Amino acid sequence: MIIFNKSISLSLLAGTLMFGLAPAYVAAAEAQFVLNNCASCHVLTQTEKDTLQSYMSRKGPDLYYAGNKYREAWMVKWLQNPQRIRPGGMFFGNHTEVTDEGDVIKEGSLPDPVHVKLSKEDAQDSAAYLMTLTAKSDLLAEENYTPKKISKRMGAMNFSKFKGCSSCHRDRPDYGGVSGPELYTAAERLQENFMTSYIRNPQVWESKSLMPNRHLPDKEVSKLVDYLKLLEEK
Amino acid sequence: MKTSILALTLLAATTGSPALLAADAENGRTLYRGYCAQCHGLEGDGFGVNAPDMEVAPKDHTETAEMQARSDADLFKAIKQGGKAVDKSVLMPNWDANMSDDEIRDLVAYLRVLSNTGAK
Repeated sequence: MIIFNKSISLSLLAGTLMFGLAPAYVAAAEAQFVLNNCASCHVLTQTEKDTLQSYMSRKGPDLYYAGNKYREAWMVKWLQNPQRIRPGGMFFGNHTEVTDEGDVIKEGSLPDPVHVKLSKEDAQDSAAYLMTLTAKSDLLAEENYTPKKISKRMGAMNFSKFKGCSSCHRDRPDYGGVSGPELYTAAERLQENFMTSYIRNPQVWESKSLMPNRHLPDKEVSKLVDYLKLLEEK
Repeated sequence: MKTSILALTLLAATTGSPALLAADAENGRTLYRGYCAQCHGLEGDGFGVNAPDMEVAPKDHTETAEMQARSDADLFKAIKQGGKAVDKSVLMPNWDANMSDDEIRDLVAYLRVLSNTGAK
């Protein structure tokens, strides 16, 4: 387990300050903490385009648009007590075993713990900094989600039978596919307009996303998000 | 596997299928691992990690007789436009946003290797 220590980044920062190069901003320390500790597994600034190979070997999700994707309160909570979101890991194929009963996720092959645990202060600081990473804001500006009522039964049927989401995603802990992230926690984790935008066109967020673009009209995109929100309220 | 790709290339050459002759089955194999294996299985037998909870069983791509009955154009259409376009399950999505036409042709070439069937 790697020890994350903000005092190291602070002392590095102090070193810089001694030479009078930078003003003393707390924000700078938060940024440095994230850059020092997160960059080995997460993309923090968009650089080159993904290839399918690079996408399949990612260790964690891209964070350069974290401020347009996640809900800050959820990040603060999750970073202090990380729980697996993707039952099959970042890419299922790296954790799959072929057996006589069919392919299964090899439990021992998933990273454990799933993510480093942060202190409350570090979690708050990191989340605050991540919220400032707002690439692709133009995509959110195009979204205009208005919540509508949906029955759980219709929502579930739409999610699985009509749209086929449950082939890869779970809408409850014990049912659905394991290659995609679980979605019964989606509304707690993700911003509404991010959800609609990603469902509408996954590839504008991640060029090599494994999720298909089902070319859904606005109404159908909203209906799926209505259902994901209903799951959060339960 | 290399041998079967070679065999397929030779077969394609002798049967004169220009579309598949240019296709890269090896690249198709990578695409298969990324997009198809989650449902159809890493070995293409229809038992991917997502299969247990699915209401329609994903197709077994190793079934030679069944795959032989499908034309390249059919397979291409099923991948690009989804199962619905070829009167199959909606659970097979359209992959047009994930792969270019050339990549889908690579995938079809790999399906021919997997099912041990020739291009048609």
